[in-house]
Amino acid sequence: MRPVWEEPPTVPGRALKAVILTLLVASVLFPLWTVLVTSLSPPSAIASAGGFVVIPRGFDLSAYRTIFAGGAVTRALWISTLVTVIGTAVALTVTVLSAYGLSRPGSTGHRWLLAYFLIPFLIYPPLVPKYLVVTGLGLKDSIWALILPSAVSVFNLVVVRGFFQGIPPELLDSARIDGAGDFRILARIVLPLSSAVVAVIGLFYAVAYWNVWFDALLFIDRNDMYPIQRVLQSYLLAGQAPHTSGAAASLPPTEAIKMAVVVLTVAPIVAVYPFIQRHFIKGVLIGAVKG
Amino acid sequence: MRLRDRLRRDWQLLVMLVPGVVLLLVFSYVPILGNVIAFQDYNPYAGTNPLTAFLSSDWIGFGQFQLLFEDPAFWDALRNTLTITVFQLVFFFPLPIALAVMLHHLLSRRLRGFIQTVVYLPHFFSWVLVITFFVQMLGGAGLFAQTLRDAGLEPWNIMTNPDTFLILVTAEAVWKDVGWGTIVFLAALAAVDPHLYEAAAVDGAGRWRRLWHITLPGLRPVIVLLLILRLGDALSVGFEQFILQRDAVGRQAAEVLDTYVYYFSIATGNFGFGAAAGLFKAAIGLVLILAANRMAHALGERGIYSKS
Repeated sequence: MRPVWEEPPTVPGRALKAVILTLLVASVLFPLWTVLVTSLSPPSAIASAGGFVVIPRGFDLSAYRTIFAGGAVTRALWISTLVTVIGTAVALTVTVLSAYGLSRPGSTGHRWLLAYFLIPFLIYPPLVPKYLVVTGLGLKDSIWALILPSAVSVFNLVVVRGFFQGIPPELLDSARIDGAGDFRILARIVLPLSSAVVAVIGLFYAVAYWNVWFDALLFIDRNDMYPIQRVLQSYLLAGQAPHTSGAAASLPPTEAIKMAVVVLTVAPIVAVYPFIQRHFIKGVLIGAVKG
Repeated sequence: MRLRDRLRRDWQLLVMLVPGVVLLLVFSYVPILGNVIAFQDYNPYAGTNPLTAFLSSDWIGFGQFQLLFEDPAFWDALRNTLTITVFQLVFFFPLPIALAVMLHHLLSRRLRGFIQTVVYLPHFFSWVLVITFFVQMLGGAGLFAQTLRDAGLEPWNIMTNPDTFLILVTAEAVWKDVGWGTIVFLAALAAVDPHLYEAAAVDGAGRWRRLWHITLPGLRPVIVLLLILRLGDALSVGFEQFILQRDAVGRQAAEVLDTYVYYFSIATGNFGFGAAAGLFKAAIGLVLILAANRMAHALGERGIYSKS
């Protein structure tokens, strides 16, 4: 309800606001819609529309069938899934352990260790030496080159640590008096109480791993190890047909197949987005305030 | 307490930190120390791996920096970077503030929630995806060009035009992050005491005076903090966004410092030179953030850190 003291909006003001907000929302939804509809359109509809289909005419899954029949896109989706699942598991484990290990001021070496973890937040690892370290460790063309360098996000660590520190210390003290060690306290008391923040941070990591592109440009030379963003780039931006080894190699990329690749790249993000959205404002801000 | 007793009490905490300590050591601290190859004529073939190559490469002092400063392409990249930073400070930075104020004054909570849900989404897209969407909509074979051709008009291609590149990259950044950028301002707006508005209205302050005298002062600490962070990062304008478009638009307009480092070192194997360029950028960045923080203190704000 409008407060009584506030003057009613002027007509031009309201119209301007409506136009701006509508355009903004449409600028996000319209491209998603067009890409989805085109990917599901039969070739005739695409041809008569001249490339992009805005109003659906007919329904055709053949673009997706072609993609999933095997070849570069299927493999890239598989690699990206692996990177996302393993990467998220590794990153969450390391982040939660580190956050708990740093959550008790006054513990042995606490100040030094905290500084050790926070400094990389201010000084990013420089590109060239990082490249030499990763290749020097023999990680080139391995999914670990995409996972390990970004497995500790100091920002996420600070958010989780802030949440852990908000848990009433009496809960932990009573467990300690009963003889529980820190690993047991973390697993039995702290984690069940912080499932929401851990879930959100996990989704942040998952999105980052799904989106990994530049690290793949640096560290992945073999095209049968490409993650999906790399394939999307070489296929849609650089205009190269995806490298395939099978018989499907000679198939010309139709507009529907291109759009289907876009849809498959967006789909996991859109699928997890409601879960992130439900929590992230709370989670991000709690961390930011306490951090 | 003696160290032994403390270790007996805390050993499990310390064990928990081992994976994080190791990962940061290998992927953050070693690369940071590895910056010293900027002072070498680093030869990747001087050894069997980067470590032995490092140990057997010659130290040449500031030679790489001299080469860097003599390279006109470096100055082009620096100029492009600064131009983009300034342009985005003027044309991007205020937009999330305006949008947050607009959303904050929407009366319908459901409409507001819907708009927020939609405009936050592109933040989670990769740059490859964002640019793909732009190409599909506005590129030479995109929907916009298709519509123009159907209408019998001459299509133009903004995606490959170096003259409008500045506008293009800002539009992309706005599309991706304008919604996300409102979150922190919306939180600050929610913390402003509504009685202030009421009292001001009773005293006869109109809409714009309330905006100027209540809303903006309420946002001031957040604005200053974000400005400091942006200034500290003035030499980074986003990496992937530019690498992805450099070939389509051309080096003249699209080369920024980060892409320069990539193309003139890793892509060519000239590692010492690239490390020198990276180190130069990091050093300037450090100076900028210290200066911006000092400026914030002078304005009476907290900034990102204080001497306490």
